[in-house]
Amino acid sequence: MLGLEKKDFNLLLIVAALVVLAPVLLNPFPEGSAMAQFNAGYPDLMQRFVIFGIFAIGFNILFGLTGYLSFGHAAFLGVGSYAGMWMLKLLSINVIPAIIFSMLIAGLVSLAIGYISLRRSGIYFSILTLAFAQMAFSLAASVLTPITGGETGLQTNLNDPRILPGFLGGGSSADGNIPKPSLFGIEMTATYEISVGNWLWTLNWGYAICAVVMLIAFYISIRIFRSPFGLMLRAIKSNQHRLSYTGLNTRPYMLACFVISGMYAGLAGGLMAAMDPQVGAERMQWTASGEVVLMTILGGVGTLIGPVLGAGLIKYFENIFSKINKATLEMWFSFAPDWLEGILVSIVYPFIGKGWHLTLGLMFMAVIIFLPGGLVEGGKRIGDWVRGKRGKAANDGAEVKTPAE
Amino acid sequence: MDQIILQILNGLDKGSAYALIALGLTLIFGTLGVVNFAHGALFMLGAFCTVTLSRILGLSKEVIDETRTDFLGNPLKVDVPYIYDWFGESAGAAIIDWAVPLSILFSIPIMIAIGVAMERGLIKHFYKRPHADQILVTFGLAIVLQEIIKYYFGANQIPAPAPDAFIGSFDFGAAIGMDPGAIIYPYWRIVYFFFAMILIAAVFAFLQFTTFGMVVRAGMADRETVGLLGINIDRRFTIMFGIAAAVAGLAGVMYTPIVSPNYHMGMDFLVISFVVVVVGGMGSLPGAVLAGFVLGILESFASMREVIEFLPGINQVVIYLAAIIILLTRPRGLLGRKGVMED
Amino acid sequence: MSKLNITRRGALKAGAAAGGALALPTYLRADGHAGFTNAPGDSSVTLGFNVPQTGPYADEGADELRAFELAVEHLNGEGDGGMLSTFSSKALDGAGILGRKVEYVTGDTQTKPDAARASARSMIEKDGAIMVSGGSSSGVAVAVQALCQEAGIIFMAGLTHSNDTTGKDKKANGFRHFFNSYMSGAALAPILANNYGTDRKAYHLTADYNWGYTTEEAVRTSTEAMGWETVAAVKTPLAQTDFSSYVAPVLNSGADVLVLNHYGGNMVNSLTSAVQFGLRAAEANGKNFEIIVPLYSRLMAKGAGENVKGIFGSTNWHWSLPDAGSMAFTRSFGTKYGFPPSQAAHTCYVQTLLYADAVTRAGSFNPCAVAEALEDFEFDGLGNGKTLYRGEDHQCFKDVLVVKGKENPDNEFDLLEIVEVTPAAQVTYDASIFGGELGTCNPGA
Repeated sequence: MLGLEKKDFNLLLIVAALVVLAPVLLNPFPEGSAMAQFNAGYPDLMQRFVIFGIFAIGFNILFGLTGYLSFGHAAFLGVGSYAGMWMLKLLSINVIPAIIFSMLIAGLVSLAIGYISLRRSGIYFSILTLAFAQMAFSLAASVLTPITGGETGLQTNLNDPRILPGFLGGGSSADGNIPKPSLFGIEMTATYEISVGNWLWTLNWGYAICAVVMLIAFYISIRIFRSPFGLMLRAIKSNQHRLSYTGLNTRPYMLACFVISGMYAGLAGGLMAAMDPQVGAERMQWTASGEVVLMTILGGVGTLIGPVLGAGLIKYFENIFSKINKATLEMWFSFAPDWLEGILVSIVYPFIGKGWHLTLGLMFMAVIIFLPGGLVEGGKRIGDWVRGKRGKAANDGAEVKTPAE
Repeated sequence: MDQIILQILNGLDKGSAYALIALGLTLIFGTLGVVNFAHGALFMLGAFCTVTLSRILGLSKEVIDETRTDFLGNPLKVDVPYIYDWFGESAGAAIIDWAVPLSILFSIPIMIAIGVAMERGLIKHFYKRPHADQILVTFGLAIVLQEIIKYYFGANQIPAPAPDAFIGSFDFGAAIGMDPGAIIYPYWRIVYFFFAMILIAAVFAFLQFTTFGMVVRAGMADRETVGLLGINIDRRFTIMFGIAAAVAGLAGVMYTPIVSPNYHMGMDFLVISFVVVVVGGMGSLPGAVLAGFVLGILESFASMREVIEFLPGINQVVIYLAAIIILLTRPRGLLGRKGVMED
Repeated sequence: MSKLNITRRGALKAGAAAGGALALPTYLRADGHAGFTNAPGDSSVTLGFNVPQTGPYADEGADELRAFELAVEHLNGEGDGGMLSTFSSKALDGAGILGRKVEYVTGDTQTKPDAARASARSMIEKDGAIMVSGGSSSGVAVAVQALCQEAGIIFMAGLTHSNDTTGKDKKANGFRHFFNSYMSGAALAPILANNYGTDRKAYHLTADYNWGYTTEEAVRTSTEAMGWETVAAVKTPLAQTDFSSYVAPVLNSGADVLVLNHYGGNMVNSLTSAVQFGLRAAEANGKNFEIIVPLYSRLMAKGAGENVKGIFGSTNWHWSLPDAGSMAFTRSFGTKYGFPPSQAAHTCYVQTLLYADAVTRAGSFNPCAVAEALEDFEFDGLGNGKTLYRGEDHQCFKDVLVVKGKENPDNEFDLLEIVEVTPAAQVTYDASIFGGELGTCNPGA
């Protein structure tokens, strides 16, 4: 189906189902219950899940297939965001030109950076990409302020030109409010809510568009993984020298892969600008580049779905755990007698709210210590265990670098 | 001319910190083959050894002073350090004043212990794992360490001044025969530079002239063969990890009077120290030191007003620009060997 | 199909419970009668407090959060009431806001515009917050303010000092109580002229981002008007920690004053470097060399330790102010937490009270009604003397404190002494000088 093997097609179907059902799956707890704090099914976070999923899928095409660890991938995300934002400001509030343009510009920038960085391999390549990204970040936050809005970031304004005709999303708004990014008049923030019993599910147009784009991106990544091109990239990973002794020039393959990966990042950046019209320079900082590396490793390097899971997990922690505060804890533990409540609150308190970084750090360590292949490895072990093949999974150990997707 | 000498001094000073951190990082990488993202955190822990020691020295009992009031208008509780009771007020005050140098002694055993515990408890399980896994686990550890520090010490910077004897500046201009006052340089920064030189020399001497060091160098070159000779190379590498941690920690201890420490200072140095290590050449100790000083001096020159006016923003990017140019012209950094971390 | 942007969950909880196993989708409009985003239910109202909980400003954020908790307590009639008793408007009675109990949600801005918006969006979309407040940097304030404008809720800025927040980036739904760079410059210049004379040569070190630019410009303009000369202005990277290479050339540059347009860690580190290089003890052009820090905070002064002594700067508020409002707040905060509040805590507390008061006076949570109640509102008793919330740019105009690092502190919190209270009239400017458009208020939905 769709040119995919059955196994891959099933995977695509599973991902599609997850994405479509996300508004339901992410809101498992009834409104008003104490656990509602852990619900993640609101538009902003759902959009972030899929956008960072796209980012991580693209990163994995480079890192997972070729083993080249780019430590500056956030630069392409940032460049894509700025490009998309300028389209929203200059051309039209319609998101389509913004998304297309952000991919193009990110592709061009990654072509230039890739052309230079790919002259080196291993950690030297990583440091070159890191250096480019850090330069982009520093300059965007300071001397490039007229283009990037500096540290404050770039936003849409009332007096932006938006030269396209009105039905294509041009023009400023007459009612004194800045128009919101939209798709032929459908605003990205437009939301419907469905309530069933005490459950509340949010359907959001912005999420729908991100989800469709993500499924396409995921499909393309499967095709790349399974193509002769993908095979060539894997060959580069296993032994680049031997490949070049056969008379093959690996550079064009690497560069193509780098640019594709950069365009995925640009696409993610463009979608971010389209969902929430604000671009900050810190999107390009090394911590952001590091984050996508962590997402990919956490989920499972070289697997198709791992990076998406890793992205979801990190964003979930960032957005949900940071919002739990002492008052919430006191509410949770209010069933207990006062002395016990005090103890429980003081035990949990360091890990939530301002301590969410601590929880994240512990989780990184736990996952990588106990699940060497990332979350996908964990899923595989559970699957094996269910099927009663426990013994086999246990001795996989450290060699598992590319578990089956 | 005086401006140029001044910036060279600044560069040597910055370079000292870069070189010390990069040296430890290279020791770990060279011996154990581990990319240690928690190395910045070790630097930070060293600095917090100083903070802890000065807190310990400052442990106080409360004495109510009826003549003064606190911010709510109640009688002020004045803290009188116990150390005053034991050594008398002037000797006690002098000990507190010398907290930073005293921390050198305090921090060495602590940092070695932390380093050994880290290696035995966590890192040793990751020798055979891909570098990506090492990065993730050490990065996780770095976050955990810095969050623990933040939990106990807060996010604000904590001042840890140098002893009074080192406050003030040295008239460098007069010393080299220029106009008095043309080049003055703070005493403590000069102390830091010489401290770094001594520490670097000590590490090199240790590796070069002791049997232990010889075995470690042999192990760095060919771990398997050394193991086959019946030498317990693992134990020695563990000790090297402890020493690398101590080097990072001491760099942090002595750095506290220059920049007041906060929990995040390790992360600020992490990226730059990796750039230094790679520019120096992966696994090369002299390379790490050389690159540290080269990049420190470049950074100082780029922040001169005349340079910034000529090239706006150059001060923001000079280290990265230099790294790119060096890596493109010298494929394995300044003094790197072939085949290390290239795939 | 009816379309809505962000719906209200309060009514939903009640409605959904009644609906039981309602299988068919129900598309809800925001609120039949209210017609604005996140209109609260009958029993409670949710406010969103978005402060830095991680990163370099985490301590400042923690202090803001304490102030918010205190404000909520006082609004709900618990505690000693704090500034409610000294506030000139008597609309608030300690029974919540318009009879609804005040609840709150918190989030982490990480001092990054992106993260701050993510956090604010979750408050609006998930928790149904009707107002968002807090923050410790101008980048975050501008970003979240734009978001609140778009979503149709009120933004009560926390600590943000850049001119842009109520200047070129002002928004109809955003309000700022804190003062700005312009006011710092205008308040500082006369004091500097009195203390250091009018014949001075200044050297600026400026943090290389938006707030740094506006502060440098404000201080330059106002000191140059006093007759000072600006020798040089050098931009320093925001991520810089060791400022030696920027500070070292100052002494031989012909300048006799160093202005540090830095905040937070930047300021602590650059001041430490400047003192190390002997600038405070030095002489230049036959005068004592002086250092100036345009924006002070007590938390920063603590980080810089001994180095702040005798150094001039400006601040929005200080706990040692003798007026009834400040004393009531300091007592209330100090009794609860054991140390005096910072200026960030003060502005956040006041903003929450002002919002609650405006809602009560307007008789509605509708952002447009609230904005109208806040615009050109004059009040007193909140610690800064008589204050005006100017309608044209939603900026508060009040007295500005010029402070100096205290030479002999009485206790560990007594780090700054107030040198002068510059009257509001002296720091007032024309609303149009920074450009920008306020737009019209957006009720969302």
